[in-house]
Amino acid sequence: MRVLRKEREEDGGADVVVVGSGIVGAACAESLTRRGAQVLVLDRGPLAAGTTACGEGNLLVSGRAPGPALALAQASLRRWPRLLAALREELGPGRAECEYEAKGGLAVAMDDASGAALRAFAAAQRAAGVDARELAPGEAAAFEPHLTRRVRAAVHYPEDAQLQPVLATTSLLAAVRARGGRIRTGVEVTGVETGRDGRRIVGVRTSEGRVPCGAVVNACGPWAGQFAAAAGAPLPVVPRRGTVLVTAPLPHGTVRHTVYDAGYVRAAGSTDAALHVATVVEATQAGTVLIGSSRRRAGFDATLRADVLRALARGAARLFPVLGGVPVMRAYGGFRPYTPDHLPVVGEDPRRPGLWHATGHEGAGIGLAPATGELLAELWAGEPPHVDPEPFRAHRFGPARPFRHSL
Amino acid sequence: MSGPPPISSPPLVVVVGAGPAGSRAALSAARCGARVVLVDSEARVGGRYERQPAAVTDGVIASATHPLELAIASQPRIEHVARATVWALEPGPAPGRHLVHLQQGPADDRGRPPRTLTADALVLCTGAFDRVLPFPGWELPGVVTAGAARTLAEGQRTAVGARAVVSGTGPFLLPAALSLLDVGAHVLGVYEAGNPARWLRSPAAVLRDGGPGRLAELASYAAGLARGRVPYRTRHAVVAAHGRDHVEAVTVARLDAGWHPVPGSEQRLAPVDAVCVGYGFTPQLELPLAAGCAVRDGRVVVDGRQATTVPGVYAAGELTGIAGAQAAAAEGELAGLAAVADLAEHAWATAGGAAAGGAADRAAEGAGTGLAPPPPARVASAAARVRSGQRFGQALARAHPVPGGWRGWLREDTLVCRCEEVSYGELRDAVVARGADGMRALKLACRAGLGACQGRMCGRSTAELAAAFLGSPVADPYATDRRPLAQPIRLGDLAGPPDEPGDVPPDVTPDVTPDPPVSPDTR
Repeated sequence: MRVLRKEREEDGGADVVVVGSGIVGAACAESLTRRGAQVLVLDRGPLAAGTTACGEGNLLVSGRAPGPALALAQASLRRWPRLLAALREELGPGRAECEYEAKGGLAVAMDDASGAALRAFAAAQRAAGVDARELAPGEAAAFEPHLTRRVRAAVHYPEDAQLQPVLATTSLLAAVRARGGRIRTGVEVTGVETGRDGRRIVGVRTSEGRVPCGAVVNACGPWAGQFAAAAGAPLPVVPRRGTVLVTAPLPHGTVRHTVYDAGYVRAAGSTDAALHVATVVEATQAGTVLIGSSRRRAGFDATLRADVLRALARGAARLFPVLGGVPVMRAYGGFRPYTPDHLPVVGEDPRRPGLWHATGHEGAGIGLAPATGELLAELWAGEPPHVDPEPFRAHRFGPARPFRHSL
Repeated sequence: MSGPPPISSPPLVVVVGAGPAGSRAALSAARCGARVVLVDSEARVGGRYERQPAAVTDGVIASATHPLELAIASQPRIEHVARATVWALEPGPAPGRHLVHLQQGPADDRGRPPRTLTADALVLCTGAFDRVLPFPGWELPGVVTAGAARTLAEGQRTAVGARAVVSGTGPFLLPAALSLLDVGAHVLGVYEAGNPARWLRSPAAVLRDGGPGRLAELASYAAGLARGRVPYRTRHAVVAAHGRDHVEAVTVARLDAGWHPVPGSEQRLAPVDAVCVGYGFTPQLELPLAAGCAVRDGRVVVDGRQATTVPGVYAAGELTGIAGAQAAAAEGELAGLAAVADLAEHAWATAGGAAAGGAADRAAEGAGTGLAPPPPARVASAAARVRSGQRFGQALARAHPVPGGWRGWLREDTLVCRCEEVSYGELRDAVVARGADGMRALKLACRAGLGACQGRMCGRSTAELAAAFLGSPVADPYATDRRPLAQPIRLGDLAGPPDEPGDVPPDVTPDVTPDPPVSPDTR
C-alpha cells in the first residue's frame, strides 16, 4: 500500500488530490481514506454544486443492457446500502442520513411494439442477474394507481432505488473529514506537475499555489475533458444537458416508484447531439415529483428551452394523466459527463502515471459512485478489483499517445 | 434568404410589469412609434405605488379612471395584457431578441391561455417584494408583510387585524401604518429598527433628489401617526411573536446600532392580532437572471440609459435599486426611450445606413420602421431625473441598512424557511456539519428555499446566515433567485394540447391536490 510521505503532509500535500467534490469525487475520497490514504479534495466551486446538485438521485439497474455498465451498476446498487450502514456506524445517524429509499423501478410501454422490445430487454437483463419481473396486464395499476390505463407492458425492477445526491455526497465527505482528509472549496486546479521523467505526476498547480501529491484523481464530471487536457492526457468527455421539472408537493403515494417510459433506454443510449426526451417520473420524500429526462449536446449552454420543458411535461402527463392539473414549481438543468461509448472512465492513465480518472458516468453518477470509488481505490492500493476494470480504461478511445511535455 | 427573420415593423417592445416604471416605459416607447405589449399580473395598471382599487362589480372591471390608466388605454399602440404571468424567457431568433412565454387569466385557473411574444426589445420592470427577516414566531398566522397589510387595506378596505404592530425599517412602514388606521385598525406602535435621523440630517439632499414633495410626504405621514396617537419608536423592533394558532402577543426590544437586542429592554405587547413587517425590499430577479443580465449587490446592473448587460434587455424601477415611485417612473421613461433609440439605430444599421439627416432621423426613416426618434431633450430630462432618483435611493439605502445583529433574534428552533419548516439549527447543521458552502447545495442539504415560495421569502436571509457561519460570503448568492421557471405553471398547461386524442383523457378529474400554495409575496 502506498502511504503518505512525511514531507508531503508538511508542505500541505497529500497522497492523493481529488479534483471535484461531487458524488464521484466524494466516493473516491471515501474509499481512499478508508485505506489510510491522506486525501485532499479540491473544488473550484462550492461543495457538490455541479452535476451532483442537478440530478434526481436515481440508483438504477433497470435501464442498463447487459455489459460492463450493468456490472458496475449492480455492484454499486449492492454497495450503497452497505456503505450507508457503515457511515451511520461511523458518523451517527444524522450525518449519514441521505433519504435512501429502495422504492423499485417500473418500466412501462404504451404500444405493442415497444412492449415486445421491453420484454425482450428484460429477459436479457434477467440472464445477467437483474431482478426484472414482468407484470401481467392490469398488475401495473396495483403498483401505480395513477398510471395511465394505456400501458401495454410493464416490468418491475425491485432493485432500483433513490437517494438525495447532495446529502449522500456530504455524508461521504463527512467521513473523509473524520478520517483526517481535507476538503477545500474555491480552489481551482489549473494543471499538474511532473517529475524528472517528465511524465509521472508529483503535484498539482492550483489557484492557491502548488500542492505536492503522489496521485491526482480527475473527478471533474462534465468538466473532466478540460481537466484531462490540462493534465496532458485528453479524454473525450463532453457535457450533455439535462432538464428536470419539479411539481408542487403531492400526497404521499401518488407516484410510488421510479416510473419510466421504455423509450428511456433508447434515448439514454443515443449518441447524436440532438434533443432526446424519455419520460422518467418519481416522487421525493418531500412529496414533490421529479420529471425527467432530456438529453442534448450543446456544450455548456445552460439556456432554458421551452420546447424541452414542454416535451417533459407531455411525457409526464401521458404516463400520469393525474399530473396534468398539478403546478410545476421549478425547473432545473445540469450537465452530464458524456463519453462516446456511454461507459465511465475509471483508473490510472498510462499516458500520465499518477493521473487517475473517475468520470464519464453520464446520467448515472449517483448510482455508480460507490463502485467507482471502490474500484479506483482498489487499483490504487494494488488490491484485486471487485469489478473488471478493463472496459473503463482511459486509453480505450484511441492509441495511447505519450505526452512529452506538461501543459 | 437565410439568417434571422427581420425585426417586425413597427418593432415590438415587451414591457413586463405595469407599475410606475413599466407604465412609463410602455408610454414612452409607444409615443415613439413602437408597438408595445405591457404584461402585468394585476387587473389594472399602477403597481403597488399607484394601485387602483380592484373595483370589480359582477366580474366587470371598472373602466379606466386614473390618468395613468387613461393614458395607457388611449394609446393605440399599447396592448395591456392584464392578469398575465411571464413563466419563462428564452433567447429569440436573433441576438437582442427574446421569446416571452406568458399565461393569461386568474392565477389559479386551469387552462390559462398561453401566448408567446417575440420581443424586439424587452423592458423588465418586475419590481421588488417586501423583505422579511426571520424571528421566532414569524410563521404564525397574523404575521404579514407591511406591503400585504397595505394592499389589503387600500385594495379591499380590510384591516389585517384589529390590534396591529408595524416593525421593520424604511419610510415605507409609515404609509402601511396609516393605511391600517384608515380602515379602523388600532396600531399599537411603529417600530423602526434603524435610526433614520441619520438621513434627515441631510434634508438638503432629500429636497434636491427626492423633490420637495418627499419631505411634505414624510411630514404628512408623521402628522397622520400623531393624529392616530401611534407611538413611533426608532432603534426598536419586534424580535418575537407569540401565540398558539395565531399571533397573540409580540416582544419588542431596543436595538443597538448593530441591531443586537439590548438585554433587559424586552417588552411584551398583548393582545396583538397582526404584525406587519418590512425590512426594505428584495428585487424580483428571476427574469433578469433568466435573460442573463449581470446582477451586483442584489440589483440589476444598468448603464446610464437603463440598458442591462444583455443586448435588447432594459431594466427599470426597483430591479435597479429602491428609490420610490418617482425615480421608478423616470427610469421607466428612459428605458422606453433607450429601447426605441437602439431599435431605430439597429434598423438603420441593417438597412445599410445610407439615408441622410441626423443620426436618429436616419435611423427611423432609413429603415422605415415607423419609429420616431426620441427627442434628445426628453432623453436628457429623463436621464437627469434618473440620476437624481439614484442619489435619493443611495441616501435611502444608507439611512436604512440591515446590519447583521438580527441573527441574534433567532433561536435554535426558529424557522428560517417557512414553506419547508427548516429551523435555524438545521440550517447551521447543513452549513457547518455537512459543509454545504454554496446556496445550491445548501438548499438541497436542508431544503431551505425548496418550498412553495422558492426562496423568495427566505433566500436572501439564508444566504446571509450561511455567510455568517462560513465567515465569508457564499460563492453563489443568487442561486435561489435563479428560477428558470419564473412562475409556477400547471403541468397540463405546460404540455399544451395532446397530440393524439385520448393522450390525456378529458374525463380524468385529478383527485390529488397539492398542498395549498403559500403566496411568496403576500403583499
